[in-house]
Amino acid sequence: MRLYRAILYRLMLAVITLWLLSVIVFAGCQILPGDVGRAILGPFADARSVAALNHQLGVDRPLLVQYWSWITGMLHGNMGQSYTYRAPVAPFIGHALLNSLKLAGIAFVLVVPLGILGGVVAALRVNTWVDRTIVIAGLSATVVPEFVSGIVFIMVFSIWLRIFPLTATPPSHAGFFTTIYYLLMPSIPLFMILFGYIARMARAGMIEALTSDYTRTAVLKGLTYRQVIWRHVLRNALLPTITVIATQTGYLIGGLVVVETLFNYHGIGSLIFAAAKAKDFPMLAAGILVIGVVYVGANLIADLLYSALNPRISFGGRE
Amino acid sequence: MQDATAAALEVRDLDIAYRVRGRDRQVIRGLSFRIGRGETFGLVGESGCGKSTVALAVTRYLPNNGRVRAGGIRIAGEDALAMDAAALRRLRTRSISMVYQDPGRALNPSIRVGQQVAEVFEIAGVPASERMDRAEAMLERVRIVDAGRVMSRYPHQLSGGMLQRVVIAMALAVDPTLLILDEPTTALDATVEAEVLDLIETLRAEMGSSVLFIGHNLAVISRMCARVGVLYAGTLVEEGPTRDVFAGPRHPYTVGLLRCLPQAGLSKHKTRLDTIPGFLPTSLAGIRGCVFAERCGLAQDICRAEEPPLIPVSEGRLSRCHFHEQAPDLPRSTPPAPLANRQKTQAFRPVVRAAGIGKTFGSPTAPIYALRDISIEIWPGETLGLVGESGSGKTTLAKLLLGLTAPDPDGVIELNGQKLAPVATKRQPAELEALQIVFQNPDAALNRSQTIRRIISRPMRKLGGYRGGKLATKLTELMSHIRLAERYLPMRPRQLSGGLKQRVAIARAFAGDPRIVVCDEPTSALDVSVQAAILNLLADLQAEQGVSYLFVSHDLRVVRYISDRIAVLYLGRLMEIGPAEAVFLGPHHPYTESLMAASASEEAGGSLRLKGEIPSAMRPPSGCVFHTRCPRKIGAICEEQEPALIQREGDHAIRCHLERDQLGRADARP
Repeated sequence: MRLYRAILYRLMLAVITLWLLSVIVFAGCQILPGDVGRAILGPFADARSVAALNHQLGVDRPLLVQYWSWITGMLHGNMGQSYTYRAPVAPFIGHALLNSLKLAGIAFVLVVPLGILGGVVAALRVNTWVDRTIVIAGLSATVVPEFVSGIVFIMVFSIWLRIFPLTATPPSHAGFFTTIYYLLMPSIPLFMILFGYIARMARAGMIEALTSDYTRTAVLKGLTYRQVIWRHVLRNALLPTITVIATQTGYLIGGLVVVETLFNYHGIGSLIFAAAKAKDFPMLAAGILVIGVVYVGANLIADLLYSALNPRISFGGRE
Repeated sequence: MQDATAAALEVRDLDIAYRVRGRDRQVIRGLSFRIGRGETFGLVGESGCGKSTVALAVTRYLPNNGRVRAGGIRIAGEDALAMDAAALRRLRTRSISMVYQDPGRALNPSIRVGQQVAEVFEIAGVPASERMDRAEAMLERVRIVDAGRVMSRYPHQLSGGMLQRVVIAMALAVDPTLLILDEPTTALDATVEAEVLDLIETLRAEMGSSVLFIGHNLAVISRMCARVGVLYAGTLVEEGPTRDVFAGPRHPYTVGLLRCLPQAGLSKHKTRLDTIPGFLPTSLAGIRGCVFAERCGLAQDICRAEEPPLIPVSEGRLSRCHFHEQAPDLPRSTPPAPLANRQKTQAFRPVVRAAGIGKTFGSPTAPIYALRDISIEIWPGETLGLVGESGSGKTTLAKLLLGLTAPDPDGVIELNGQKLAPVATKRQPAELEALQIVFQNPDAALNRSQTIRRIISRPMRKLGGYRGGKLATKLTELMSHIRLAERYLPMRPRQLSGGLKQRVAIARAFAGDPRIVVCDEPTSALDVSVQAAILNLLADLQAEQGVSYLFVSHDLRVVRYISDRIAVLYLGRLMEIGPAEAVFLGPHHPYTESLMAASASEEAGGSLRLKGEIPSAMRPPSGCVFHTRCPRKIGAICEEQEPALIQREGDHAIRCHLERDQLGRADARP
């Protein structure tokens, strides 16, 4: 019973967050300079056609009315018309989101297990060369911006060694493995950025759990090393890592502008980037909101997962 | 392989060092002792003496930088230091078990209690189908009521006493040869402590395990152990039958330690406590002679040049002192006469008066009464001691006075006759200055990144408005009052010992010339010798400045020593209030009586021992809130009608249905 109430409570929080985001996005798009009709028609169009277009687009209505029609449209799945393509926004967003999910998925599948493994191994060999190598390598990889590592990879693997394709976009009707093959190289820069974070969290959690009193209890019970680690240490150690992974998921979906642009990949990051450049507000707003939904969703899942795994968290917040 | 006739534990010439910054720091030196089959041996000493290191070494769980440099440990005849991983596991499974200081941390927070107990049986090779039943039976054996339900609980859902029972159940599940108890009751309430100790004693007698009991509480050790070893700076300084050692110590350290304890009948008005001057040596490396020589009032040249051996002083007793015969005549390190009370003016009104204050948490539909209808007065220059178990509302009351939480709207708190705002943020600087606090844990109370100078001078500037030269003068004056050398001013808290940190915390409270200081368990985190010095300091400051204290503590001996009057709280109700001696000697409330019976020095607690735990404040018992645990319950009236707090004689008031001559008194106890 309390569990359902807690989930409901967090869902409510998520909804409020998204609503706030929608207000900010909407306000942001209004503050951006320029008259929409003028922006679309260019500096030489006459004032009458600009006004006519503005009227047609509905941007000459009061702000609250515009917001209301925009947000209700969103809730009904109607994301509006793109100014640039003169077509509904939704299919563009859907396509781009799917692409981004593929790329993020591959990075996620690579980095989460390896990051955790790296952190765990480092903690089990704390203060040895293994530990130092993992920590330093993770940290160094994290600070390399993705456009640097991405360009280096393109130079080495695509242009010089010709192992991987230059672009991340697979040919149409490509199969599962071909898609992965195309996406593998673009996901490496992402992997490099995230590995350090995750490994470090996992390592810190492991060290804390390893030096805890309950681990001592487990060892002194006479359990084997393996049993101690698997039963008593890992579960407690990896709880905080879950939160980090969730916040990074948001980045993986929405923050890929650079990588997507670099590898010429039509994901949601490059879509928003293009929309912002073209002042295509409906596209921009919808894109940001979708990323927001993914981000909030990921955090919600992490929250619930964390609570489910940690009996000390009493659902529903306050005692 | 095990030898049934060999000693349960034999430690010989043990030498342990920790490697710190590339250097070996010796922590145990030449330690030898032996625990026979079925024997109980206590290892007593203050923090930093190395007693926990001994436990870790015996279980082969020294941290990575710890190393046994010499000597041997034999458990049931087997060489523990020579064991490989498999033999070590076998040893831990079958021969040794350990009960730890903090049961809340010793259990895995994310595994159900039943499973954790069952795991012990799994390792012991019990078939899977029987494990859970055996675990439940074991929980019943440690007197856990409703064991089946407790099995499916997570540790955070159980109280400290309950958790410690679970840990004991795990430790005794395999019938170990040697049971190591490392401060098993330090984290528990006195009443729970008494129960847990009873339990350990009973089970130990049933199972015949040998016990290594590690602790700093002399009263607990003397109750639990037949023999005791006194550890100082990693060295065993005295050993012998507990009763004899504590009745007639033959090493100056033991003598000093015992004198630090506030004995029954002592009070701050009669004698100051004796203390042990100086500090534990930071390194054993440079010491050629006796480790205690630096702090010993009997030390001669020979003590600094030559380390005394363990000298047999009588049958079964050893003392590592060249002058063990003179040990009982160790001169006092502090003058016994308390400071003359300089501010003996007749007060005509209390400094703090609280009338009908309460605190209700929770929602209006499910109120939790943390405190109900409390009226107290604290007079200038007096100490009001506040006692009660955890959950009785002591801390809540302190917080209400300080304005850290707002009381329920109908209560009144007055300072010098002026009504105080309910929360501190609304109070005047002068009022804040007048009402100060010293916390239990100075580590948590002092800002680690600030210097001592900054910590102490801030309230002087903020509340007293002192600046520049005046501030410096005031600071010097305060430091001399607190007996804190000025060289500590530029240091940061972590560079100071626990006792010095508490001194800084007291200096901070006294920075603004307070009228009343709330002391929330100010010495419970400190060693007895440090505790004695802090209690002396508090008493001296009171005599000099006429300040009042609200002294919260669970240690009845300390409360008795420092308090003029005592208030007893139970489940948020004031059960008894009166002059300290009257409350202690009786006739007193059955709850006060039970608290005193639980204090570990009194072995004959017997029928007065409190059973079970303090009920939840969410569902307080009807009638008298204490009737569910009361050893002197009369009958239905206790369940139906709450007794009033009635003045019995003088200003001694008791909330009980019993008549005066039916109440218990201290001298009437068997």
